Amino acid sequence: MAAAAQGLSVRLLDEAPQAGGQVYRAPPQSFGAKADPEGIRLRERLRASPVTTCFDHTVWSVSPGFRVDALRPDGTVSFTARAVIVAAGAQERVVPFPGWTLPGVIGLAGATIMLKSQGLLPGRLTLVAGQGPLLLAVAVGILKAGGRLAAVIDLASRAEWWADWPAIASRPALAARGIAWQLKLRRAGVPIFYRHAIRTVTQTESGLAVATGPVDAEGAPLAGAGHEFLVDVVTVGNGLTASTDVTRLLRAEHEFKAVRGGWVPTLDADFRTSLPGLYVAGDGAGIAGAAAAARDGWLAGLAAARDLGALSTAAYEQRVAPLRRAASRARLFGAAMAKLMALRPAQVAAIAGETIVCRCEDVTRGELDAAVREGAREVNQVKAWTRCGMGPCQGRICGDIVGALVAGRGNGRHEAGYFTGRTPFRPLPLSQLAPLTDYADLRLPPPAPL
Amino acid sequence: MSVYELYTVRRQRTIGMKESQSLLQCSSLRTHQIKQASLVRFSFDDKLIEAYAGETVAAALFAAGIRVLRQSPRAGAPRGTFCWMGLCQECIVVADGVRRPACRLEVQDGMVVQPGTVP
Repeated sequence: MAAAAQGLSVRLLDEAPQAGGQVYRAPPQSFGAKADPEGIRLRERLRASPVTTCFDHTVWSVSPGFRVDALRPDGTVSFTARAVIVAAGAQERVVPFPGWTLPGVIGLAGATIMLKSQGLLPGRLTLVAGQGPLLLAVAVGILKAGGRLAAVIDLASRAEWWADWPAIASRPALAARGIAWQLKLRRAGVPIFYRHAIRTVTQTESGLAVATGPVDAEGAPLAGAGHEFLVDVVTVGNGLTASTDVTRLLRAEHEFKAVRGGWVPTLDADFRTSLPGLYVAGDGAGIAGAAAAARDGWLAGLAAARDLGALSTAAYEQRVAPLRRAASRARLFGAAMAKLMALRPAQVAAIAGETIVCRCEDVTRGELDAAVREGAREVNQVKAWTRCGMGPCQGRICGDIVGALVAGRGNGRHEAGYFTGRTPFRPLPLSQLAPLTDYADLRLPPPAPL
Repeated sequence: MSVYELYTVRRQRTIGMKESQSLLQCSSLRTHQIKQASLVRFSFDDKLIEAYAGETVAAALFAAGIRVLRQSPRAGAPRGTFCWMGLCQECIVVADGVRRPACRLEVQDGMVVQPGTVP
């Protein structure tokens, strides 16, 4: 919207049927249900803007010079652009444990989608586990929707939630909501176990049996009595990582920032990547939350408009100054939340050898360790040797964990690196990639004389 | 563990195994959100499933108590929905002959859906 307001022709490609991302995700219109008012307001603003919107468009490739390929319900389509602003957001990270691949074990972000957009309780009796603000959001969301909770298992201690209080208090409305959530859980009598984590989940005839236990500040399991639960669904999440499919594919520079969710594209103050014309805004540039994402996106749009000559430098400076101040305030709160979501290395180190790390290809920790012992120092070597990260998810789910495991052998996260970006970002039917061909219509050269 | 945490944990009551079993029996997972959607019917693994227009195949199957959507290719282990946003590809099903993530696929009347296990 910021770039379009400067007279540029702007096209928005969105995988979802409606704008809003994960935070303002709306239920399908056929439900007749009310969406979040802020989401409604933002969608109305977008509709009133000159931006051309393309929903249900799954971008599966971006090539240099900027050709963008997308899959829409009736086939593939491609667009060319002088500049691309990537706003791919975040994806959830789950530290593997035995049983995390069982049906009924769901990500925290997934649970919010079920509640917000599908009008569905994740379970009849749900265990909520992991770390970060999503933990409370999901737990309270389940209670509000009429569900029951077995317990909340929080990797962080209570003190950690208060450690960044000044940053949290910088957003009074959000801070108040956090406190209200805690009170609601307390009133509902939901037990909260701080500094605990799931040890194992096993499938039994009557449901999922969950064993939990205490952990230390680094996430390493401690000896001592845990708890056992019988539930039908476990929702678990260990924070968010930046979605960097596009920037990794285009070989833009990246840097490792643990508190921003791992590997993130290297950006200058105007959200430019190392490649001219390629910008990143929002959680895809490093986890900072929805409020910061909206402001950063606006700044990136203005920067693109200036770089393309639609806005003079003087006019640009005048516009961005107040936005920059608001953006850095918003980022302060986001940073406090991101800190709670950061990966705890000792938790990764404690993953058992027989535990599956790569869900797509069923690759275990033991197999990864064997590859590292054989001399792999970098995640792409591990990928080639074990197929870890080679499946249909493209390493989005396991990438950060594999990086931490490979880096745990003396080489750092920088040497361990990240999975090279590959197309297609999402699996797509071959029939939609190439037009259907009748074999009889192929013009074959005449056979060579004998 | 601080004194406060001990107090909190003591005061709260963990749900016992027997009580869990009775809670797992109760009814629908659908919340009040669906107000006016019409019913559609589709099949999964040759079973007839009723759903509401606008729901994804993943949500409709989950609400119908179907969790296992396919077997993993190497270990043959059961898999179902995980990320619900089209990233993990765990909920792949074959819908009218095309492999699609169930969480990004809206139900259509008469749709024929099969598990996404690769033979």
